[in-house]
This record gives sequence, structure tokens and C-alpha cells, in this order.
Amino acid sequence: MSFELTILGLILVPLAAGIAAFIVTRFAAILAVATALLQSLFAFRLAGYVLSNGPLRYKIGGWGAPLGIDLYVDGLSALMVIMTALVGLAVATYSTSYFAIPEHGREHRSNVDIFWPLFLILWSALNALFLSADIFNLYVTLELLTLSAIALIGLAGTVKSLQAALRYLLIAMSASLFYLLGVALLYSVYGTVDWELLGAQMQFDLPDRCAIVLICVGLLLKTALFPLHFWLPAAHANAPAPASALLSGLVLKASFYVLLRMWFDVFPYADLRAVGNLLGILGAAAIVWGSVQAIRQQHLKLLVAYSTVAQIGYLFLVFSLASEPSASWNAWNGAAYFSVSHAFAKAAAFMAAGSLVFATGSAKIDDLAGIAQQQPVTVFAFALAGVGLMGLPPSGAFLSKWLLLNASLSSGKWFFTAVILLGSLLAAIYVFRVVAKSFEAGERQPTRHVPALMQWTPLVLALLSIGLGIVATRPLELLKIGAPVAIEKTP
Amino acid sequence: MTLNQFLPLLVVFSSLIPGCIIFLLGEERRIARTVLNFVGAICMIFFVSLMLWGVHRNHVYEVRYPLIDGVDFALHADPFSLLFVTLSAILWLCTTIYAIGYLEDSPNRARFFGFFSICVSASAGIALSANLLTFLIFYEILTLTTYPLVVHRGTPEALRGGRIYLAYTISGGAVLLLAIVWLRSLVGPIDFTEGGLLAESVNGNRTTFRWIFGLLIAGFGVKAALVPLHGWLPESMVAPAPVSALLHAVAVVKAGAFGIVRVVYDVFGVEFCSQLGVTTGLAVAASITIIYGSLRAVYQDDLKRRLAYSTISQVSYIALGTAIAGPLATTGGIVHLVHQGLMKITLFFAAGNLAETLGVYKVSKLNGVAHRMPWTMLAFTIGAMGMIGMPPMAGFISKWYLGSGALEAGQPWVSLVLVASTIMNAIYLLPIVYSAWFKEPDGPWPHDHNHGKFETHLFLLIPPLLTASLTVLVAVFAETSISPLNWARFIVSREYQP
Repeated sequence: MSFELTILGLILVPLAAGIAAFIVTRFAAILAVATALLQSLFAFRLAGYVLSNGPLRYKIGGWGAPLGIDLYVDGLSALMVIMTALVGLAVATYSTSYFAIPEHGREHRSNVDIFWPLFLILWSALNALFLSADIFNLYVTLELLTLSAIALIGLAGTVKSLQAALRYLLIAMSASLFYLLGVALLYSVYGTVDWELLGAQMQFDLPDRCAIVLICVGLLLKTALFPLHFWLPAAHANAPAPASALLSGLVLKASFYVLLRMWFDVFPYADLRAVGNLLGILGAAAIVWGSVQAIRQQHLKLLVAYSTVAQIGYLFLVFSLASEPSASWNAWNGAAYFSVSHAFAKAAAFMAAGSLVFATGSAKIDDLAGIAQQQPVTVFAFALAGVGLMGLPPSGAFLSKWLLLNASLSSGKWFFTAVILLGSLLAAIYVFRVVAKSFEAGERQPTRHVPALMQWTPLVLALLSIGLGIVATRPLELLKIGAPVAIEKTP
Repeated sequence: MTLNQFLPLLVVFSSLIPGCIIFLLGEERRIARTVLNFVGAICMIFFVSLMLWGVHRNHVYEVRYPLIDGVDFALHADPFSLLFVTLSAILWLCTTIYAIGYLEDSPNRARFFGFFSICVSASAGIALSANLLTFLIFYEILTLTTYPLVVHRGTPEALRGGRIYLAYTISGGAVLLLAIVWLRSLVGPIDFTEGGLLAESVNGNRTTFRWIFGLLIAGFGVKAALVPLHGWLPESMVAPAPVSALLHAVAVVKAGAFGIVRVVYDVFGVEFCSQLGVTTGLAVAASITIIYGSLRAVYQDDLKRRLAYSTISQVSYIALGTAIAGPLATTGGIVHLVHQGLMKITLFFAAGNLAETLGVYKVSKLNGVAHRMPWTMLAFTIGAMGMIGMPPMAGFISKWYLGSGALEAGQPWVSLVLVASTIMNAIYLLPIVYSAWFKEPDGPWPHDHNHGKFETHLFLLIPPLLTASLTVLVAVFAETSISPLNWARFIVSREYQP
């Protein structure tokens, strides 16, 4: 199997499977799981190619930039593809059980039928996005991603979920417009959308600055950075649990990935210190605000959703921290690794939450009293995912925070040091609110039996998020390949 | 690459693996669980003894594994780590016996024993850590895995205790993380080095290093229950007796004290510490804790709370011995790590027996209890006498070395602290012993469980007697080559090597 087949397979196989799943609904679940397994294989192969050959470019149809469409893969994109594959595999496994439950599926037969095609198309869009080499392609894939995400949010069919989906539709569409406007502006000036060519030519006069602002605003809206997060909690909390896992774990990372690419590859030579500091401060505000809101929630899934608002904040610290050359390497790696470990932990948390909500038949945290005795595996999975959210050792998030802390100290930005540590403490409060509740003694109604896959999949994923703290050298080695020139020079 | 090098890892795994399997076994597999526990405990003792033998012959045991570039996860065995890990291994065995008797027929035993074993691995990991980062990793794991044990009963009080415990320890962990990252960004990797590693590499900003020292001590001080960071310890006494005994008398608080010793001796180095002038501060903090803890203990009527305040006071002897900074005092502090562990666990076992067998929780209800439970009270009496510092009990040796060390280092005020503390030890422990043996019982016991032939379940009786006899033995045979005292001297001789 050649490199070309691998990279195309990552995009085309889920797309084809999605279409097939739409037509042959009966075998959709089997098809999705098989695709997921194949994708994991492809993803690791792709990483293997990158590790042995360095960054690779594939010209579709042999046309090449600036006319044709290029695919590009380096360490960062390969890592993102692996992250998507593993989380996707877990979500597929979980969903086979989740949607087999009458109350999630059979009663709304159409919903199940539509979940699998959406899921697979979303996957295809994610991979295409991570493998794009030009900023217009990024727009197309982002749009495809958004459309499937909107449908996933509305999948539950309740009034609340439809409202949330509609709100997300409006926000995401206007965000896309901002982004597209920025791209158009750049194209009109430089006549290319390939980011390498752009990066080499950018001048940073007025049109360029306008383009940067437009692109940033569009991406911030999609990534739900505070104070543009208002659409997120309702959207992520009202979707079915597997969909929430995808939305929080992966979809947000896609728009963040685009911003990270733009920042370090397309505008690395711009003096964006002030904008970077602003993003960093918004990130810090997100950490505090999101965590405090999470602590105040009464519903389990809303708590997890607000935790996402907080955790997204950590990612944005990189734009401020990396402006100091001495800190940029640690900051960039920390942010990239954080998005991977957060994807695992958050997807696990949402899936565990989904299982707990099913077991108790209630979305309220107070109704979890004493559930640890009856659902030990799921509670354990939630707690382990919580360790990943708190960033305590030995989780992957701990190493990311270690890198970010190092960056904040070596750049002398004490404010961020304090916020990172405070964020961990606040996360501990909201995670242990749930865990403590589940330990409460007393008589409780017997819970419903949770299918084995719905118990163990979150646990395995949570264990993976912990494991990321133990096997970090390989992924970090991968990240070095094709890392932005702007940061590569520093130790 | 021989098996030898992996011994530190094997020690950690010998309780980690049984812990994980116990979770999977589920609630009903009682025999399998018990067998696993014992196999783990015995394996651990075996591996530790291999390393004791080796370290004495200057073998080097080290496992290193890179986490990220320039940051290693590293375990090693030096004499000091072996002292702590030996203590943990032996007391784990005793406590396992005790816990099996104590938790008979209560719910959620699989969860309890699973987390209990993982806690022991965490404290073994703390003992064997070769650098500050590894220490931090196990320190946080210890925090997390102790929580389910503290809230085990799930009552509102237990949940409250758990909440307070977490509030203190997680904040402490964050402070520690800050200090470690900061120190690392200044001096690079921080491997524990006998004699300290900072002295040479530091030039310039001393204030920064004072700050870092303060943060490190604050981070460890939370678990070591230094006043005013001690608030969690009395509240955590809601945990079942085996937890209070092993974790709050030995593993958790000792992890903090152990960390303080490591920082002073193996990171900063004693000389550098005195140059910075931070040792006096530590000595004062420790003295205040000793006096305050004893004072509060006098006023507690709840037996376990009284013992908890006594722990607060006694653990600071270790910090005090470290801070006085002379070979004798250090020996006293280090050996107290073992001695206090033995004595305090005896007291907690005995207190647990009284609660479990008779339903007696208050000091004021203890009148004549020795007539009903003579063996338990014998163990308690030995432990109490040791705490006060009477020869020939373990506490006497510690206090003797601390006192003479203080005089040797020219800090006689420390002896006053020791005397004051000893008097208060007597005030809060002797009345218990007196009323138990010499007063008449007030009436029938609140919940007298009849356990057949013996005064209580045999598994509850053996461990306190075992640890009580160890309390006497380590003192009587203090001059032999295998005593903790001798091992402490061995450690100190290496720390003070020119």
C-alpha cells in the first residue's frame, strides 16, 4: 500500500462508507466500525511515512499548486489524523450499543439511520481538513464539517437540541463567511491560496491585516473561545452522547488547528504580539469563566460542556506564550499535545456521562448519588477522564501543562502560570463534585443495566488519555517533523 | 540490563498489579482477593530485601524512562528510599491483615482493597523516586487514590472529610508543581543527589531560591501537616481504621515529611540551605507544629482525632531533625520516620479495635476497657509509652538523638521544644492508659460484638501486637547492624560525606 493510497484512503474511505451507510442502513453500524478500524490502520501508516520521510506533499491528479489541489502532511497533521482515528474508533464502538437502545434509536428510527452517514462524512471532512495544503480547501472542509456537526446537534430531535442546532447554524455560517472573506482578500492580493506560497509573500499592509483579523474572528467563533462560546454549552449538551464526544473532542480542534496553521505557517513574520496577547488573555478568561460555570451546573452534560469552554482556553495561551522565542517551542508543543489529550479525555467524559444519564434516566448530577456502587466501571471512567481534564500526572494533559508552564515561566508571563494552576484546581472542583456525589451512601433505586460496550469504551479511552502521559516521546518526536520554521530554531 | 535494575519498578508493580486485578475480580471473589493481597505484600517485602542487601554492597538500582525531551521518569534505590519503602512494605502487610478482619462483610471491599493497594504503590513510588518530577507524579497519584478510601463510607461526614482533604492536597500539589517547574527552568533536571545538587550550580539570585524553597516546603508541608496546613488530617479521620492507620499515620504524612528531607538534603543541600538561611525558618515552623499539635491533642475527646493531632505533632519531629542540620539530629529525624510509623500505627490499630469491637470512640468512655480487651490495650500502652519517649521504646531513641543533635548544633532552644512536647505527650496519652487499666467500667459497652475465643477477631489482634513488639525491638536492638537506627546512620554518613 503506497503513500498515495493511504492519504487518499483517509479522506475517501469514510466518504464512500458514509454514502453507503446512507443507502444500506441495515449494515451502517458494521460498516462504520469496519471503516474506523481501517482508518486507525491508515492513520498510523501515515505517521510512519512522515516519520521516515519528513513532511510530504501529494498533488491530486498531478496538477500541483497554484492550479490543482494539494494534500500535505507533516507531524502535526499526522498526529491530528491519529487523534481523529482513535477517538472515532471509540465513538463508533460506543455508538453501536448506544443507538441499539430503543430510547436512543428504535423509537426514532430515522435518527439512527442518519447518525452513521453523518458521523462518517464528518470523519472524512476532518481528515481532509487536517491534510489540506491551502487555505481555500480548509474553508471547504471546514464548511463540510460544520454542516455535518449541525445535523449531529439536532439529531436528538428535541426542541432544545433543535434550537441549539439552529443557533449553531447561524453562528457557524457567519463564522465561515468571515473566514471566506479573509481568504478572498488574500487571494485577490497574492493570487494563491497555498499556505507555503502565501507565507513567503505576505507583506502585512492594510489588506493583509484585515484578512488576518477576519480569519481570526471566523475561527474564534468556531472554536468557541470566550466570549464567543455562548453557543457551545447548549449545542454540546443536547446532542446525543456520541455526538457530543465528537463535537467537543474533535470538531473544535479542527478550527483550532486551522488557526494554529495560519498563525505559525502563513503569518509567522507578522508582528502579531498584541493580537497574540489578546488571544492569550481571552484564553485565560475562558479557563476561569468556563470552570466557574462548570462548577455551577446542575446537569451532568452541561458541566462537561462548560469544561470544554474552559479547556479550549488553554489552547489559546500558545498565541501569547509563543511570541517569546525562548518559550515558543514549549508553548507550541504544549498546545498541540494538549488538544490531543483533551480530545481523548473529553470524549471519554462525554461518553461516560452518556452512560450515567442512561443508567439513572436523569440528566441531573444530584441523581447520581451513590451510583459508584452500581456503575463502578463508568464512574471510574469518568473519574479517570477527569484526571485528564484536571491535568494531574500521569496524564497527557499533565505533560502539556508542564510544557505550557515551562513556557510561561521562561517568558516571564507569570499571569499565565497562575491561571494554568488555577484552572487545574477549578477543574478538580467540578470533577470531584460528580465523583463525590457518586460515592454518597444511602438507598438508591436500582439503575438500568448499561451495555458492556457503553461501560468499557469510555474507560479504555480515558486510560488512553492517561497513557498519553507515558508514551509522549513518540508523538512529540512526530510533532518535530515539519514544525513551523518560526519556532523550530529555538531549543 | 539485568533484572536487578528493574527491582525498583518491580516493587511498585508488586502492589499496583494486585490492585488492578482486584478491581476486575469484583466484590464476591473474596479468597482470590485475599490471596492476591498477600502475594503482593510478600513479593514487595522480598524485592525490598533484595535491594537492601544490594544497596548495602553499593549496588546501583536505577530505572530511567524519558517522558519528554530532558524530562525523565526515574526510579532508584538509595539508602534513604529503602528506609521508607521497607517501612511501607512491612506495614502494608500488617495493615492488610488488619483490613481483612476489619472490613469483613462490609460493602465495596473490592473498591477498598484495589485503591488501598494502589496507594501503597504510590508511596513506594514516592520512596523510590530519583527526581522531583517522578516524586510529584506519585505524590499526586497518592492524593487521588486516597480520596476513595477517605470517602469510603459515603456518609455526609466522610464526604466532607474527603472534600477538605482534596482541597488541601490538590492545592498543595499545584504549589509543588509550580515550584518544580520553576526550579527546573532555572537549573535543569533535578535528580536527587546525596549532599544536594544546587550548591555549585547557583550563582546570583538567592531570593528566588528562597521562594522556591518556601513553595516546595509548602507543597510538601500540606501532606506532612505542618501548621497551618494541617487542617485536613483530623477531618480525614472519618476514614475506616485501616486507612487512618496506614495512610494517615504512615504513607501520606510521611510522604510529605520524606519530601521535606529530600528537598533539604538531596536537592538544596544542607550547606546551601543554611547559607540561604531557610533552615531556621523550617525549624521554627516544625517547632510550632509540634507544640500546637500536642496542645490541640490534649483537648480532643474523640480518640482518633486525638491521635490525629498527635500525628501532626510527631511528624514534625522529622522536619525538625532535618532543619537542625547536624549529623546527630538528622539521624534522629530520619529514624523517627520509622519509629513514629510503628508507634502510631499501633495506636491506630488499637483505637480501631475499640471502635469495631466495643463501639467506643471517645476517650471519656474508655474506663476499664483494658479488662475487656487486655491485649489491645497492652499494644496501645506500649505505643503510648513509646510516643512519650520512655526507654526502652522506639520514641526514646528518636528523642535522644534529636535532643543531643540540637545541643551539638548549638540550638538548645530545640531541647525545650522537645521537653514541652514530651510533657504534653504524657498529658494526652497517660490518662487514657490510666483509665483503661485502673478505672472500673461505667457499664456495658455500646456495641459489644462477641468474637468467640479471643477478645476480638484474630486478624484485628495480631497486627497491633506485631507492631507493638517491633516498637520495642527496634529500640532494644538499636545497636545491631539491621536496626533502623543503624540504617539511619548509614544514610547520614553518606549525606555528610565530604
